[in-house]
Amino acid sequence: MKAEIKILRRKSAFSDNYWQGIPFETTDENATVAYALNQMNRTKGLTDTEGREVELPIRWECSCLQKKCGACAMVINGRPRLACDTELREFRKKRKGNSGDQMGEIRLEPLHKFPVVADLIVDRSILFENLRIMQTWVNGSGKVAEKRSDQAYEASRCLQCGCCLEICPNFYPGGEFFGAAAFVPAARLLSTLSVEEQREVREQYEAHVYAGCGKSLACRDVCPAGIDVDHLLSSSNGIAVWRQHG
Amino acid sequence: MQRVNIIGAGLAGLSAAITLAENKIQSNLISLQPSERAQSVLAEGGINGALNTMGEEDAPKYHKEDTMRAGAYLADEEAVRGLTDEAPQIIRDLERLGVAFNTQKEEILLRNFGGQKKKRTAYARSSTGKIIMTALIDEARKYEAQGLISRYPHHAFESLVLSDETTERACRGALIRDTYTTRMHFFEGSVILAIGGMNGVFPELTTGTTANSGDALAQIFAQGVRLGNLEMIQYHPTTICISGKRCLVTEAARGEGGRLFVMRAGKPWYFMEEKYPEFKNLMPRDVVSREIYFVRKDPSCGEQVYLDMTGLSGEVWRKRLPDLRAELIHYLSIDPQTTPVPVEPGIHYFMGGIDVDRKHQTNIAGLYAAGECCDQYHGANRLGGNSMLGAIYGGRVAARTVAERVEQAADVYDGNEKKIKYEKIPETDRDFREASQQVIYEIRDILAAAMGIVRNAQGLRKAEERLAQLLQRDGLNERERNRIYLAQAMVASAISRRESRGAHYREDYPERDETFSGIMQAEIKQGEDIPIQITCRKAQRAEETV
Ligand SMILES: Cc1cc2nc3c(=O)[nH]c(=O)nc-3n(C[C@H](O)[C@H](O)[C@H](O)COP(=O)(O)OP(=O)(O)OC[C@H]3O[C@@H](n4cnc5c(N)ncnc54)[C@H](O)[C@@H]3O)c2cc1C
Ligand code: SF4
Ligand code: SF4
Ligand code: FES
Repeated sequence: MKAEIKILRRKSAFSDNYWQGIPFETTDENATVAYALNQMNRTKGLTDTEGREVELPIRWECSCLQKKCGACAMVINGRPRLACDTELREFRKKRKGNSGDQMGEIRLEPLHKFPVVADLIVDRSILFENLRIMQTWVNGSGKVAEKRSDQAYEASRCLQCGCCLEICPNFYPGGEFFGAAAFVPAARLLSTLSVEEQREVREQYEAHVYAGCGKSLACRDVCPAGIDVDHLLSSSNGIAVWRQHG
Repeated sequence: MQRVNIIGAGLAGLSAAITLAENKIQSNLISLQPSERAQSVLAEGGINGALNTMGEEDAPKYHKEDTMRAGAYLADEEAVRGLTDEAPQIIRDLERLGVAFNTQKEEILLRNFGGQKKKRTAYARSSTGKIIMTALIDEARKYEAQGLISRYPHHAFESLVLSDETTERACRGALIRDTYTTRMHFFEGSVILAIGGMNGVFPELTTGTTANSGDALAQIFAQGVRLGNLEMIQYHPTTICISGKRCLVTEAARGEGGRLFVMRAGKPWYFMEEKYPEFKNLMPRDVVSREIYFVRKDPSCGEQVYLDMTGLSGEVWRKRLPDLRAELIHYLSIDPQTTPVPVEPGIHYFMGGIDVDRKHQTNIAGLYAAGECCDQYHGANRLGGNSMLGAIYGGRVAARTVAERVEQAADVYDGNEKKIKYEKIPETDRDFREASQQVIYEIRDILAAAMGIVRNAQGLRKAEERLAQLLQRDGLNERERNRIYLAQAMVASAISRRESRGAHYREDYPERDETFSGIMQAEIKQGEDIPIQITCRKAQRAEETV
């Protein structure tokens, strides 16, 4: 399997970016973008499509390699995705007479809504800042009632990857609206805390979620964890804004 | 007042930071990546504790006995007693923090796990680690807002700063590199290491994360920190190969009724059930992996072992193992509800690491370690469900030990303050170079060949020779040399243990030998002929009081 992987590279936050196309070949039919990046970084004397030596390492973040940690989020062919959950074969060219071995172009860019650190690494600290403002923690007891267990479980699954914020028309860093990356974790607290204990989270929720969300649910379509964003949003709105407990 | 420096923000690091905060002690929580990316989020099957909610008359002492037996009596019994006694409380604390454990009639359900006679493993479907981590991260955030915890993600541990060698060496702090700005900082104060298992020593071959590169462990070893139990590497019996790594099929699959078989004379042979009628498929992991190794070598059997989960009910798949089924369909295009899954053993856990005492102190004053990076609790073989427990409990114990020694914060934020200003930490300059991928993979291949499920003197000696040759190579940088020392210590520990016990099986010494009933400790003594020294510390047995 052959592919040309084009990467929007940048040496540091202070330098200019440029596209670099790198030919990549593997016999692994299940190879992912993450695998390709690791293999390229291991290749001594790697050259790009123009025959120039590629400056290594290509910087990117990864950890679990099995779509459970959110580290490797990036923009792949225009869509926010996890590199370890994007198989190269998805990009197989469907032209007649093609042996099927050549993939179409694969473009990798850092997420756009966060400051770039280097190459594909962005600084996502704003995600965690926002959660601090949301006060997503337990005061008193957060024991989950059985009927709320599904919701608490679902809301606990957020990877803090930031894909939802990339696609969200209403989110920008430093803005008052915090997006799914904040309302999903908040839904955990809203589903478990007693009415009295949730007061803080509820207030923050109204200010930083309810007031800004257009409910287009673009976030649901890109969430790599497949979180039921739709359901969490409506039930949290019910609890936080309309005080529907039950 | 100095803050306590915690390196690593997985379960062990978070648990230490929260415990310190509860004692009004400030800490820096330093990690290469944010907690959400730590290996702890991968844990699936569950966490052990004798909650006794299943009407099986369970008690901590049985949990202790199972842990000691599975670990082939290498673990410190008193330490294990502390672990298993506190386990039910730890699970209750997690419940209070909002962990959505599977419950029935509002009471926590427990499932069977390998090597344990009773149902003792609490779980949140098949993503227990992730769900627990979310709750602990939120709890740490609460203390962060109060100024008790300062988080430093994207900060890499580079080396310890030790006081000048006199009679006893002490830890003065750590050099930490901000991987975003590439600046080096000196964090002064005592250090708790919670850096996870050394998966990065075996890239692509483990179920864990290679972000735990092993560099930190290699570095502190070179600086004189004593390690222990390095030969004890857990091969999990059921893993599958996915792009760039091994992926775990949780033991919960067997806990819920999954059965291992191999084809023999045209029929499936459920070998574990025939060989071990009591525990069947739920023998401890070392035994199951070894049996898989042997049946695959048996000429009358096929080479592929399968995990048959077709007998599990729809209810189990829906409520208890939904993530596992989705994963197998995604990666293998196999629906385990209808088709057996081909599996293989793979490296999963490191029982060895930084050698600590019952209070999680290392051989260097002011330096502590907890979680998978240390060698406490699991002996020669860890029980499934005991490592999340060990990480949380170990973090607590290390923090309590530190708390006995440091002052409480005089004044902390009252909670109204939303933005925390990070203290300025003095910068220092120090050149550093990463280990090259070539050397990392060379070391990996040498170790993987010699330190498999079945070992012998010949293979280990060969590894020893190859590592010695590698060390002579020109142009190695410091990190590469440190990695070689660590690898040498692993091999030397395996050579020294001339017996078979737990995860360490020697075909040339297939029996257990009580001469070796202790942890193999490894230490570098600079300036000596053989700088890496291995000694066997006798296992500490507690007087039986129950
Ligand atoms: C797939 C899988 C499933 C598992 N299932 C279970 C289970 O069901 N039950 C169970 O009990 N256990 C399970 N385990 C084991 C368990 O998850 C781990 O042993 C445990 O979570 C380890 O926690 P820790 O805090 O010690 O380390 P980790 O969670 O690995 O955290 C290590 C931390 O150290 C940081 N770090 C590493 N190196 C550096 C450095 N140089 N500088 C700065 N920071 C650094 C990392 O960024 C991270 O924050 C499983 C493991 C895997 C891989
Ligand atoms: S529903 Fe739309 S506006 Fe609301 S968070 Fe999702 S993408 Fe943003
Ligand atoms: S809601 Fe989904 S897309 Fe958004 S941060 Fe969480 S896991 Fe990522
Ligand atoms: S590396 Fe963890 S999600 Fe991709």
